[in-house]
Amino acid sequence: MTHTAHFKVWRGDTDGGDLRDYEVEVNDGEVVLDIIHRLQATQAADLAVRWNCKAGKCGSCSAEVNGRPRLMCMTRMSVFEPDETVTVTPLRAFPVIRDLVTDVSFNYDKARQVPAFVPPKGVPAGEYRMQQVDVERSQEFRKCIECFLCQDTCHVVRDHEENKAAFAGPRFLMRIAELDMHPLDAAADQGLVRAASAQEDHGLGYCNITKCCTEVCPEHIQITDNALIPLKERAIDRKYDPLVWLGSRIRRRKE
Amino acid sequence: MTQVERHAYDVVVVGAGGAGLRAAIEARERGMRTAVICKSLFGKAHTVMAEGGIAASMGNVNSHDSWQVHFRDTMRGGKFLNQWRMAELHAKEAPDRVWELETWGALFDRTEDGRISQRNFGGHEYPRLAHVGDRTGLELIRTLQQKIVSLQQEDFAETGDYEAKLKVFQECTVTRVLKDDERSETGAPPDRRSGGKVAGVFGYVRESGRLFVIDAPAVVLATGGIGKSFKVTSNSWEYTGDGHALALLAGAPLINMEFIQFHPTGMVWPPSVKGILVTESVRGDGGVLRNSDGERFMFGYVPDVFKEKYAQSEEEADGWYTDPDNHRRPPELLPRDEVARAINSEVKAGRGTPHGGVFLDVSTRLPAEEIRRRLPSMHHQFKELADVDITAEAMEVGPTCHYMMGGVDVEPDTAAARGVPGLFAAGEVAGGMHGSNRLGGNSLSDLLVFGRRAGLSAAEYASGLGGTRPAAPEEQIDAAAAEALRPFAAGDSADEGPAENPYTLHQELQQVMNDLVGIIRRGPEMEQALERLAVLRERAQRVGVEGHRQFNPGWHLAVDLRNMLLVSECVARAALERTESRGGHTRDDHPGMDRGWRKVNLVCELTDQAQGADARKEALIGLRQRPTDPIRADLLALFDREELLKYLTDEELDR
Amino acid sequence: MATGTTPTTPAARGVLAPGRAAISARHLRTDRWWLSPLVTAVALTIFIIYATWRAFANGDYYSTPYVSPLYSPCLASNCTPMNGGADWHLFGSWWGLSPALLVLVFPLGFRLTCYYYRKAYYRGFWASPPACAVAEPHAKYTGETRLPLIMQNVHRYFFYLALPVAGILTYDVVLAFRDESGAWGHAGLGTLVLLLNIALIWAYTLSCHSCRHIIGGKLRHFSAHPVRYRLWGWVGALNGRHMLLAWSSLISVGVADLYVYLVASGVFDDPRFF
Ligand code: SF4
Ligand code: SF4
Ligand code: FES
Ligand code: FES
Repeated sequence: MTHTAHFKVWRGDTDGGDLRDYEVEVNDGEVVLDIIHRLQATQAADLAVRWNCKAGKCGSCSAEVNGRPRLMCMTRMSVFEPDETVTVTPLRAFPVIRDLVTDVSFNYDKARQVPAFVPPKGVPAGEYRMQQVDVERSQEFRKCIECFLCQDTCHVVRDHEENKAAFAGPRFLMRIAELDMHPLDAAADQGLVRAASAQEDHGLGYCNITKCCTEVCPEHIQITDNALIPLKERAIDRKYDPLVWLGSRIRRRKE
Repeated sequence: MTQVERHAYDVVVVGAGGAGLRAAIEARERGMRTAVICKSLFGKAHTVMAEGGIAASMGNVNSHDSWQVHFRDTMRGGKFLNQWRMAELHAKEAPDRVWELETWGALFDRTEDGRISQRNFGGHEYPRLAHVGDRTGLELIRTLQQKIVSLQQEDFAETGDYEAKLKVFQECTVTRVLKDDERSETGAPPDRRSGGKVAGVFGYVRESGRLFVIDAPAVVLATGGIGKSFKVTSNSWEYTGDGHALALLAGAPLINMEFIQFHPTGMVWPPSVKGILVTESVRGDGGVLRNSDGERFMFGYVPDVFKEKYAQSEEEADGWYTDPDNHRRPPELLPRDEVARAINSEVKAGRGTPHGGVFLDVSTRLPAEEIRRRLPSMHHQFKELADVDITAEAMEVGPTCHYMMGGVDVEPDTAAARGVPGLFAAGEVAGGMHGSNRLGGNSLSDLLVFGRRAGLSAAEYASGLGGTRPAAPEEQIDAAAAEALRPFAAGDSADEGPAENPYTLHQELQQVMNDLVGIIRRGPEMEQALERLAVLRERAQRVGVEGHRQFNPGWHLAVDLRNMLLVSECVARAALERTESRGGHTRDDHPGMDRGWRKVNLVCELTDQAQGADARKEALIGLRQRPTDPIRADLLALFDREELLKYLTDEELDR
Repeated sequence: MATGTTPTTPAARGVLAPGRAAISARHLRTDRWWLSPLVTAVALTIFIIYATWRAFANGDYYSTPYVSPLYSPCLASNCTPMNGGADWHLFGSWWGLSPALLVLVFPLGFRLTCYYYRKAYYRGFWASPPACAVAEPHAKYTGETRLPLIMQNVHRYFFYLALPVAGILTYDVVLAFRDESGAWGHAGLGTLVLLLNIALIWAYTLSCHSCRHIIGGKLRHFSAHPVRYRLWGWVGALNGRHMLLAWSSLISVGVADLYVYLVASGVFDDPRFF
């Protein structure tokens, strides 16, 4: 079964651009990315788009389809009515480069600011012992394919450019949570309290847990419930819980 | 003189998949200023698609495992055509490479006692694959990516610049390896075969379309495979054989190019995901293959050599899942090449599914709950992509081009490309390690073992040069620039003929390779393929693109076409020459494996004509036979003589 | 970042900021994204109006053996005497207002700082954001980084306080198994309503994110604390339905109070089962 669909695709670059109309053939079983590729092959050879795996595993083909941040390769055409106009735009939280391609360097900058895993001293490679139940929480976060849809949809930076400097975004706050829950991470030995630093240095407080990141995550990671809120609670332990605070003072005194 | 951006590094790594990143880490840790060139964004490499795991004989699940057993499995899998020294190094070093990942933060699935869990996989005698669910490749890439970030953080702490010693050039494509001009006089053809040393790389930035040169005495190729030359493939768009072609053009030979692994079960529908893998464990967990008549056809395809080991009836086969000791294996679990061929014949005989595959069914074999528990990602994949509920319906599957066993001919210990000082290769782009067929799980370990070795030797080579660094002559850079920009000028001069659309050419190339040099090969068909490739090559000279240089996918494809065409020619020529069937090379007209051919590697090199201005109609690739290195005696001793006789000639054994 | 130096005019904020793809629409969603914040806002408003009226009403909250959950424990001397109930006159007779106001601060604070309700009212009332990928109307946003919203971090203390409150309400339900004369064995529709209410309140309270953290989430090594790991799993299962529980317990509190009100004001008699 084949029908002709009406697409609006944003074409342009840093100097401006507009939504352009295309009539394009759609076959049974296709996804939005297929249609974009058909446009490239038949009507717009220079239409810029990122993609790699076509299977929702690399996180390259992020865009906004009918206003919602999505992976184009995982958005089936069958979810639209045949006569519905399908609007495809680049991610709107990041500077555009051309057409559907945006400059996502914000994310790579933020990734660099999260202190890396600190291996435990005195445990040689091959001697790491961890229980499955202890690694599972972090494993959930490591499913992340870095599509940056959560970073795009988060209103903290999407709607407030000026917050970009202070806020790491859900993906990288989740990275901090992942390391904080890693059973062998030894950051604390170096005096780094990851949860407190998430609040002080990476803008955890900007998140108002409105859960848009979780809503768009193609890997269905429970970013807010399993990473951000636990991280907030861990930060509270360190910063606002007198009992814990007292306990740690006493322990420190003893050592 | 062309205006280009210019950088200088000690080591340049082309490719940012598993092998490339591992090489870069090693080079940087040896103190080299290192650049990584990444065709996509950092962390998106095709390695993320690997599901099964990393093969390493850690013996966490079965303590009988050892490097010797792993070596044996690898050689058997590759039908003894493997470069034995590579297989040996690989088996010995894989455990260390996996353990090291843990110190960089990787979180593998665990055993009861807290070690890395290992799973069974086709061709491995013991449970051997370290894994994280079915997303091991992603874990590998992320860990290496994060290790690179952590090295950059160290550099930042020291110098205030994250990129002081290790820089990732995202979304850049290398189109030429540059060499110094030792022997050729000026005015001679700019690049290659002057016997010179590597001087750097030439490429373009996708985002801006700007051209750049990185001056560097050591270049590591880690660009992966060539799948995009085929119509149905599990590979991503980046897999256009760039490294293979770069090596050829720099004067380095390729080996084993006739061996391509076709995975028997790729999705065939919907069109958008055609070729995407359906993991082997579907069959391991009870999935059966049926044709459109509902017949479980694999029973008719058990070759004589396997008759002993595989079940003859459905009852016997079904018994195996619960009681493997008293039943023989179901024929669905034959080696990948056998299953792929069987599916192919069924479809050709008109017993295929509506979309040209066969049915792979678990829905009638296991309760829905069980399917969801054991095959979560497959359930998800079919649900989301094909709208098929595998607990209720059968999947449609067919063979898909999966892995290139052939590649750059390298020195086993150093990963140095033979014949070009300063060039190294690791991962899928390097040839030899897997022989004629790769075992599942051996790819990720290969990346780590030889990625590290390549980075190490590149670093040693670069520091060994001291202050004297090879420099690329300007003409070479000008020629590379002209070549890269030619698609924008196509159709301008009247005598050339009309400009060609790169997308059309690419589709035609894929069709030729799929139909004529695909999973089952015949002499006349491949001759035909070579003729059609020659025509395509000529048309590719006129390939033209619209628009400007900024992020222009049409242009990118036009540039990649050169590589795909070169590599396809290698595949077709080598496949035509090898008149036997072995591993990933099946000749309909020469169905048997021939011990005589085991002693031979087919070596592809660029011909001299290829340099001439009018080389279009000539063959670009020359082929020669080269004897394989004799396997070291102590390694041979790991096998029974009985078994060796299947692969090695009597003279070899009696030596 | 793209707009580091150019001061953004109010019109050119967020998705309209320079550097981003030039699209004039503030969002391009075609579905009914406004429905869910609207429903949230309306439902919360209705509850607030109702609860305010009832909290200030200071009457019709006790009808033996049932007490409205809004008025328990009753801590002032102007409380209606409750037969064995939680009418502890801790506050003397100087308190002349409704005794509900004394205790309601606890459940109010608990729910106000609850992670789920925060989401609900930030979206529903404050449009921050109204829905995902729909631009919010505010010029500035600092989230929960400074006063007053930084106070949301006290949520766990409200959780601690919510525990005794839920305990007292449980006690009320136990008393609801006595008849007017104080004899055990009574059960009326009111008993059932209170029972359902307390079950939902406990489920909501225990599904709290702070609870999940305290019970086990804060641990680094689950394997070293098998019991707490188990509990964490259970709380986690409840926590997955926290939104559902937040709404159903909110409604059940309203319904329980309304029921007591109707019985106490004599609109109808409590049907008895035995
Ligand atoms: S929950 Fe927090 S991080 Fe996630 S989108 Fe909302 S504000 Fe951003
Ligand atoms: S957390 Fe989810 S949405 Fe965010 S980058 Fe990772 S996969 Fe994408
Ligand atoms: S192309 Fe890889 S996620 Fe869409
Ligand atoms: S999070 Fe909702 S009550 Fe604590």
